[in-house]
Order: sequence, then C-alpha cells, then structure tokens
Amino acid sequence: MDPIIILQAGVATGTVLLFATIGEILAERSGVLNLGVEGMMLIGAMTAFSTTIATGNPWLGVLAAMFAAGLISQIHAFITITLQADQVVSGLALTFLGTGISLVLGEGLSKAGTVSLLPNFSIPVLSQIPILGPILFTKQSVLVYIGYLFTPLTWYFINHTRPGLNLRSVGEYPSAVDSLGISVFGLRYFYVFVGGMLAGLAGATISLAVAPGWFSELTTAGQGWIAVGLVIFAQWDPVRAMFGSYAFGALRRLILDVQGPTIIFGLNNPFYYNPYWGFFLQMLPYAFTVIVLVIGSREAMRKRLGAPAALGNPYIRGERGK
Amino acid sequence: MTQTIPPTPDAPFAVEMRGIVKRFPGVLANDHVDFELRAGEIHALLGENGAGKSTLMNVLAGLYRQEAGIIKVKGKPVEFHSPRDAIKSGIGMIHQHFMLVPSQTVTENVLLGLDDPRFFMRLPEYDAKVAAVGERFGLKVDPRAKIWQLSVGEQQRVELLKMLYRGANVLIMDEPTAVLAPTEIEGLFDILRSMVAQGKSVIFISHKLQEVTAIADRVSVLRRGVATATSVPSRGATRQELARLMVGRDVVFALEKKPGNPGKIVLEVKDIHADNDKGLPALRGFSLNVRAGEIVGVAGVAGNGQSELSQVIASMRKCKQGQVILNSESLTNHNTLFGIQHGMAYVPEDRNHVGSAPNLSVTDNVIMKKYRQPPISHAGMLDMSAAEKLARELKQAYDIIVPNVSTPVRLLSGGNLQRVILAREISGLPNFMVAVQPTRGLDVGAIEGVHRLLMAQRESGAGVLLISEELEELLSLSDRVYVIYEGKSMGEVKVGGVEPDESLIETIGLMMTGTPLDQIQKEGVGANG
Amino acid sequence: MAESTSLQKKRSGYKIRVEPRLDVPPAWYPLLVSLGAIVFALFLGGILISFAGGDPIRSYQHIAKASFGDIGVLSDTIVKATPILLVALACSVAFRMKLWNIGAEGQFIMGAFGASAIVLAPVLSEETPRWLYLTVMALAGMGMGAIWGFIPGYLKAKLNVNEIISTLMLNYIAVAWVNFWIFGVWSEGGFQMSPKFPNVAWLPRLAEYAKEIPIFRGLTTHAGLLIGIVAAIILWLIVYRSRWGYEIRLIGDNAQAAKYAGINITSNIIYVMMLSGALAGLGGMSEVSGVVHRLQTAPIAAGYGFTGIIVAWLAKLNPLVIVVVSVLFGALILAGREIQPSGVPKMIQGIILVSLIASDFLLRYRVRIVRADAEE
Repeated sequence: MDPIIILQAGVATGTVLLFATIGEILAERSGVLNLGVEGMMLIGAMTAFSTTIATGNPWLGVLAAMFAAGLISQIHAFITITLQADQVVSGLALTFLGTGISLVLGEGLSKAGTVSLLPNFSIPVLSQIPILGPILFTKQSVLVYIGYLFTPLTWYFINHTRPGLNLRSVGEYPSAVDSLGISVFGLRYFYVFVGGMLAGLAGATISLAVAPGWFSELTTAGQGWIAVGLVIFAQWDPVRAMFGSYAFGALRRLILDVQGPTIIFGLNNPFYYNPYWGFFLQMLPYAFTVIVLVIGSREAMRKRLGAPAALGNPYIRGERGK
Repeated sequence: MTQTIPPTPDAPFAVEMRGIVKRFPGVLANDHVDFELRAGEIHALLGENGAGKSTLMNVLAGLYRQEAGIIKVKGKPVEFHSPRDAIKSGIGMIHQHFMLVPSQTVTENVLLGLDDPRFFMRLPEYDAKVAAVGERFGLKVDPRAKIWQLSVGEQQRVELLKMLYRGANVLIMDEPTAVLAPTEIEGLFDILRSMVAQGKSVIFISHKLQEVTAIADRVSVLRRGVATATSVPSRGATRQELARLMVGRDVVFALEKKPGNPGKIVLEVKDIHADNDKGLPALRGFSLNVRAGEIVGVAGVAGNGQSELSQVIASMRKCKQGQVILNSESLTNHNTLFGIQHGMAYVPEDRNHVGSAPNLSVTDNVIMKKYRQPPISHAGMLDMSAAEKLARELKQAYDIIVPNVSTPVRLLSGGNLQRVILAREISGLPNFMVAVQPTRGLDVGAIEGVHRLLMAQRESGAGVLLISEELEELLSLSDRVYVIYEGKSMGEVKVGGVEPDESLIETIGLMMTGTPLDQIQKEGVGANG
Repeated sequence: MAESTSLQKKRSGYKIRVEPRLDVPPAWYPLLVSLGAIVFALFLGGILISFAGGDPIRSYQHIAKASFGDIGVLSDTIVKATPILLVALACSVAFRMKLWNIGAEGQFIMGAFGASAIVLAPVLSEETPRWLYLTVMALAGMGMGAIWGFIPGYLKAKLNVNEIISTLMLNYIAVAWVNFWIFGVWSEGGFQMSPKFPNVAWLPRLAEYAKEIPIFRGLTTHAGLLIGIVAAIILWLIVYRSRWGYEIRLIGDNAQAAKYAGINITSNIIYVMMLSGALAGLGGMSEVSGVVHRLQTAPIAAGYGFTGIIVAWLAKLNPLVIVVVSVLFGALILAGREIQPSGVPKMIQGIILVSLIASDFLLRYRVRIVRADAEE
C-alpha cells in the first residue's frame, strides 16, 4: 500500500486510457461519436500480441496494432459519414465486430509463450526529483513516456495549429468548413482513422506493456467504455483527459493493493480475511465512471458548453445548420 | 418570355453563366438559366422562395455542380469542383445562414480554409492583418471577438470580411437584409456602395422589390427555375412590372381584411423575463395582450427574443419572472399540456424539428394533441381507425396533398407540412393561437393559404398572436403590432388601413432598432433618421 | 434539399447516382434489403472464418443441422431463443425512444439474482403452490431488473448522464454483485454457484408432459417461451395501440415535438428504462428458473444482452418480428458453442449488425446507375 507505487503503476495503466481517450476526443471533435473504442482496442491488443509473437519485434506489433484498429475504424467512418447511419448503433456494431474478430483471430494466442516486450527504463536526472521522480520517471514503459509528450502536443495541435482549427471547425459547424472548400468527409474520415489508431495503440499498450498477454475479452475489461466516459468528463480537452486517465489507472492499482495486507489502517483488513468482499472493490472503477459522468454532465449543463455542436449528426450538404 | 436588354457597352463581364441546369430529386431547380454580371455593378437576382436563386448562386460559388451549362469568369471558361476553386477565381458567397463557427474568433473564421499561415496559427499577427482589411472597406469588427458574442449585423460584416480578405472581386449575398433592421440595411447598402466604388461587383439575392429598386443597378428575375428577365436596368422597371415577372401574374399587394371586432382579452403576457439557450437574458420585462377576434403582430429583427416569447407562452421555456394568463387563468411555468387543455394552439417556428415528428405518419401527426381524449382514446388505448378517419377528414378539408394518411410527414413539402400543422392546431378549436413565422420558406400559393387560415381564425373569434420577421405580412394581417427589441417592448401601433402608409413603416423601423414609440412621438418622426 | 451529387462515382461512361427517396417503398422492400444484408454478412463471415483456418461451409451447415436438425435440437434452439427474445423486447422498447440501453445484460443478470433470492434467501417455503412461487420469482426478477433500469434512467432524465456508458458500467457492477453473493453467501461447497433450486422453483418444461404427449419426451423447452410470446404481444399492443406507446413513439422520433404535444419526457425516460429493465429481468428469471436452476454467473452472463440489441435492430424494433428473429439467433448461439474458433458466433453477430445498419441506406436513398452523359 505504498502510495508512490500505486501512483507509479497508476500512470502506467492510465496510459492505456490516455491513448484511447485522446483518440476518441479527436474523433468526437471532428463530429463523429465512435462507441467502438472497446472493439478497436481489442483488435489492437490482439494484433500487437500476435505480430510480436510472429516477428519478435514489439515495435512492429505496435505499428500493426495501430494500423489494424485504424482500418476497422473506417467501417464506422463509412457507415456514419458516407451512409449517414446512426453513430450510436454503428459504434455498438463496431464493438461487437471488433470483439468477435479479435476472438476469432486471437484463438490460441492465450497459450502462446512469452514475447519480447517494449522496454522499460528510468530517465536519468528526472528520476531523481523527489516524489515525482519515482512516480513518473522510474522504470516506466517507453509508451508511458510517449504519453507524457503526446498530451501537450495534442493540446497544442488542437488549439494552435491550422489543422487543429479545421478539426475544431468541422465538429462545430461543418457547413462553414464545406463552404470554404475543405472536405468535411475527408476530415472526418481522417480523424476517425486517427482515433482508431490511438485505440489500437491503447490496446497494444495493454498487451505489450501494462498487462502483457492475450486474455480474450478480459484483456480490455471495459476500458474502452471507460475511455468513452472519460471524454465527457474531460470536456473534450486532452489535458483533462490525462488527469482522468491517470486517476483511473491509480484506482485500478489501489484496488489490487488494498487486498494484500492483513492490517489496514490499524484494523484487520476485511478484504484480506473475506476475499469475496473484493467483488465490491471490482465494482469501483465502473461505479467511478458513472460518478465521473455525473460530474462531467453537471458541469456541461452548468456552463452550457461541452460536446462539439455537430457531434452525432451526419453532414449532408444543403441541410441547414449542421 | 425572356426579356433581354442589349448589353450596354459600359463595363466588361465579371461573370457569365450560360444555360445552367441543376436538378434535385423531383425538382428542376435551374432550367437553362443565363446570368451575367458586369464589373463594378450591383446586380439583383430577384425571385420568390424556391425560384432557384440560391441554387444558381451555389453553382457559381462552387458548392453545387451544374449538370449542363458553362460559367465564364472575366471571359474565361472555368470549372469549379469546390468552393475553393470559386474563391480562387475571386467569387465569394455570403450565405443566408452565416457560415461562421460560433465558438471561434473573427480572425480564426477569416483564416479558415486559407494556406497562410501554413501550420502554426500566429493569431496576434493575423488579428492585425484582418483588422487592416476591415479598415479599408469600413467594416468594423474586433478580430479577437468570438462569433457568438457578435450581433447578426456584425456577423454579416465578418462574412464580408472573410471574402474580402481572400481578395474576392465578386460578392454574392443571399438575402442579406432578411436578418437586418431597416437602419442596419442602410448601413449595409453603404458598405456595398463603397465596395463597388473600389471595383468589386455584387450579386444581391432578394425577394423584396423595394430593396432591389433601391440598391441594384440591374436586375435579373427567376421564376420556377427559369430566367424571366436578364439584366434589366432597375431604374426603368416599375415594381408592378418586376412583381409580374417574379410571380407570373399581377400581385395583389394587400389581403382583404374585414373590419375587426375585438372581444375580451384572451391572452395576457405581463412583464416576463426569460433566458435563451445560452443562459443569457432574452426577454426583459415584455408585456402584451391579445383580444378575441383580432390578430396581434409582433415585429422585430431576428433574435430579439421572439422565439423565446413564443416558447414562454407555449410553456416550452421557463419564465423567470412575470405572468402568462390565458382566459384569466395563469399558465406561467405550467407544462405544455396545461395550455393545450385550455384552448391554446401553437404553430411553432420550426415545423420540422418542433411542429412535427418526421418519421411518423400524417395520422400520428394530426392526433398529437387529441390522442388523450375520445374518440381517439379509450381507457388508455388508441382507436386507430378513429384516428385515421380524422386524418382523412383533415386531409380533405385542408387540401393536404399526400397519397395516403400513413405516409411519413418527412416526405411532405414545406407547404403541405404547414397545412398538416395548421389543420391539427385549428381543428382543436382554439380560442387563442400563437403562430411564429408561419410562412417562412413557403411559395406564394402556400403563403396565401396560410394567411387565409389565420384570417379565418380571427373571424371565428379566436385571438391570434402572429410573430413574424416579414413586416409586410404583419401589416397586412394584424390589427395591432407590438415591436420587440432586445427582449423589451418598444410599444404598440394600430394597423388600420389596407395600404400601410410610409410613416407607419418608418415608425416601426425605428422601433425595431431600439427607439421606443413614446420617444418617437415626442421627437417626431424623422428626427432620428 | 440534399445534394445528390456528393456520392457520384464515375465509372466508364456510367455513374452511380444516389438520391433521397421521396416516396414510401413497398412493404417487401425493407424485408428484401434486410435479407440481403444477412446473406452478405454470412458471406463476409465465411471469408473471415476461412482466414482464421476454419471451413465456412461446414460451419454454416453445422449451424443449420445442430439447431433445426430434429425436434430435440429445435427444442434446444428455442431454449436458447427464449432469453434473447425477452432481452430483445427490452432493448426494442428503450431503442424506440432512442434510449440506448445497452445494459440489458446487467438487467438480465439482476433479474436472475432477484428471482434466485426468493429461492435462496429463502423468501417462500417450498410448500408454496408452484404457480405462486413462480409468480413471486418473476415479480422479483422484474423488480430487480426495473431497479437496474431505473438508475440509468434517473441519471439520464435528471442529470443528463449518457445512458450508453452508465448502463454498460452497470453491467460490470451486476456481474460483481452476483459473484459476491454466490461466492460469499450462497456458495455451494466453495464453488462460484448457488445450490440447485428445488423443483417448485422450476418453470414447467415440455418433458414434464411426456406422459400425456409422448413426443415431448426429453424436450427442454420451458414456459419461459410462453412468457416471452405473451410479453411480445403485450408490448406490441403497448407500442402501437396505447396512449403510452404513442408517447414513446413520438418522443423517439422527435423529442421536441413530444414536448410541444405536452408529453412529459423526463418521467417517460424513467418509466421506459424501468419497463426495459423489467423485461430483461424477466428474461433473467426465466433463464435461472427454466434452464440453469441455480444462480451461477457464467451461464447467465453469456452475452444475451448484446445479442438482444442485434435482434431488436434486425426486427426493426417490432415486438412480433423479434419473436421470429430470436429463434434464428438462438440457433446461431446454440450451434456456435461447438464451432471452432469459438469467437465465430460473436463475430458473425457483429458482421450482421454492421451490414444491417449499412443496408438502411438503401431504405432512405435510391441508388441508380445512369449514363454519365445523360442529362435526363
């Protein structure tokens, strides 16, 4: 029950949610709600693991995972952007499809041997900083470090660059974008693809770094859905997404650690002596997601802002106001 | 039919369109239309709603591709694959619904879709550039302001700025005055004249005759997708002549109105305050009353609280203060049902998103307010054959053109859908009706039908509150008109005669821009403008 | 006016022209489109199966034989179809109002828990008449399901909390909740399952009547099917013939219009979510009482909630069509248990749903191939 260890592990597990959440933020900022994150993450986790087994190179695994998940996201893009179908139902379908395909193609992977994983290392100098050093910069996976760089870069990209301006605009008022000759469809396809790639990266982060291996649906255990929930909590802002993701990661670790010691806060640990009480601990991340949603929704109602204005609406040229 | 004046040898063509054809499913929007624009002129494109004006201009702006016909810019044939191509050829369109992203700043909106700056948005630097272009054409806006903070008039200036910043030489303005108050219209005309003086050309889309004669050098007229006049000098043309070209027959400018016989007060709105969707105050102490057997109009520029007013009356929006009284019973902040049960009918502004359920049948749509009582409902169950019988009767009585009553209403035309809504509301035998923009987007025939139904309500003794942005409509139908400005009443004027006189229009115009009636009366008409 | 050229593709002198439909297509047309989508999905699934090293033709043959081959397997198919039927009904009523209740899985599990609690607590003695015992179980199952639907419904109605995520999270919580009880409280010999229910808590099976009707010998089809069919008929009457159903349809098509018609949307969200939860909970009761005969996580948390979503969608939310479609999916699941690789049924369900959604396009648009130079 060392808080440093819990936070250190929290940052590591939280990196999974971070990639998935930011990917979904990008897709939603372009106006496309993609509820298929869970399915795309499973595809990513499975592809990363099997590619790494086949080639021995985890980096190839990461690339393959991103590509495969990006590819499957394009089904959702086609159905919702070109065919203008309901984004909710299509996203659900994508989750089923991704889960099914990863189960079929991942058959037997769970019995596969060990693979070479992505490297873990400490950053010299930075790891010496008290408290933050051991939490953030000691023996973390390379993907965790990528996550540190990734969040501020995405934030800057969205708010201070031209493609970021296009992204924000297409999610708020696509006809304005269209009237200036920028392709609404093109932008949306692209960001759904990017969202898919990041979900794939999140999956690869699980199967190659955080919890190595392939455990069928339990590999993700609903983290894709938590990511969708975190987007609302984050109010579509990558920086808030980062804090939310790490907090959730720490919570997952805390749940594991609480069940270990015999004594907790000077009392007999009920979770140690009655292991079935642990099922209540298992509920916590899901219950917290609901609580976080309540907080996020209240905030959005109070400030009267939040979701990109065109989120969920197919763009049809000539229909006003969309 | 086409009247072509031989081109006067004054200026070269800025744009020529020859034989443009554009069709939509079920509609031939442009049928071999010719159009020409000379450099340095203001050219009005006149036509009714649905005549194909916007379609023709969307083709010129690169938003639609024509199926046949050619476009020449400065004499050279061009092919536009997207608005970007049109902008490159110097053609910029300002749409009726502004193409501005509300959550972003003026500069961001101006820079959207350009190549410079390439990647990093160095906004402060570009704020100055945008401000400079604004300066040159007399378009004052704060480049750092967010669009949603700006008034409609300012937003229109941002749109102009956006096109001028791109170096547009030809500016297409789609119904630019629809959202402006009379004094703002003058300001716009000044801007347009100064742009023309600097060598730009302007295409001015409108269906309002007096504006066209006021601002345009030449006029082209479209009717049902066909050009009925091309490049007529506007000075020579009379309003009657243009109107005939536009509508295809002589237009009766006023509706026959029997003298009114107002009875007791049916609706009273007392000092109401309410917020808009953004949480900002939209109504600040507005009051009015409507008597039985009269039509009371509410005039005002779009966005001054009209929508919120109708929603508060219909209990679809919370009112923070004040009272709404219907037949001496308070319905303030009751639910919508309470008003329905007390004889209120409501023809909402947005017939597609509020007034109807698009995928449900005509039957399901006409029973919306009757499904709770017999003969439609018995003990919680619905009698569908009774519902269909009602729907068939209404289809007959209100001349709703639809193959059968199980057709989903999304397949109906705007005019037919409005008839479904009016049939539903009127057949409930209301003693009071609110109608908001009931004729928006309808063609002339449909508009006349709606007007006749509203007049019939008045004659049958119901009180009607008509909220509209069309001043002519208000003046020809109403007995009294209130003017709303920033959520407050600027006063009430009586509309007596059949032909509204000029000073009345001027007074209302002043009120629409925020001068209260008592002040106008004190200072005398004309002192302010 | 929608732009018709946005989807035009040039193809050697011809182009594909897509335009919005301005009329109502004939009644057989949607059916044909749905069937086409399923055939397409099976074809695509076949490719993926062979890609994963399986034999698609044998897999499909196996599904057909193992689910409709004789009366015995047909009965098993119907047993599998029963929970799907009730869950799909649950989904259909919520979807009708555009409430994306994907928590039918959790409501189903909680329904199973509620019904089991009557037996395991125990609430009723085993001497209670069977009809009464089963009725109380059914009510308890519906009640627990309704509670599990009420939570997201309330959060949606009052706090505008996205119901997709809240219902999904409640699924995970429901599994952990049942695990707690069967592991910690009602465990049989330390296994994660409760003791077997007494006979009074079993829904009657066809096999019980084998003495009178010999053909019923060994058939496991239970009264849950009857419950499901009755529920479907009642739901059909509610949706298409009652005032409440009219309100549900109106809210579902256009919530603004419903508000305009004086309908209280907030309370309807809560009621419909509770109805949806109750139907799913009834499915959970039917499953523990008719098939499993004990409380155990694995057989009840078997993904019926998700299959129900697909069935509801495929049936275009029509309760009576759901009855038929659930049987087809019961077959897929029953036969799927023996197919290798084991993820195949799930994958095929996913592909079917994807092609169905895509095929809806053909109902809204007319696709024609015309000569590129044709000006009509």
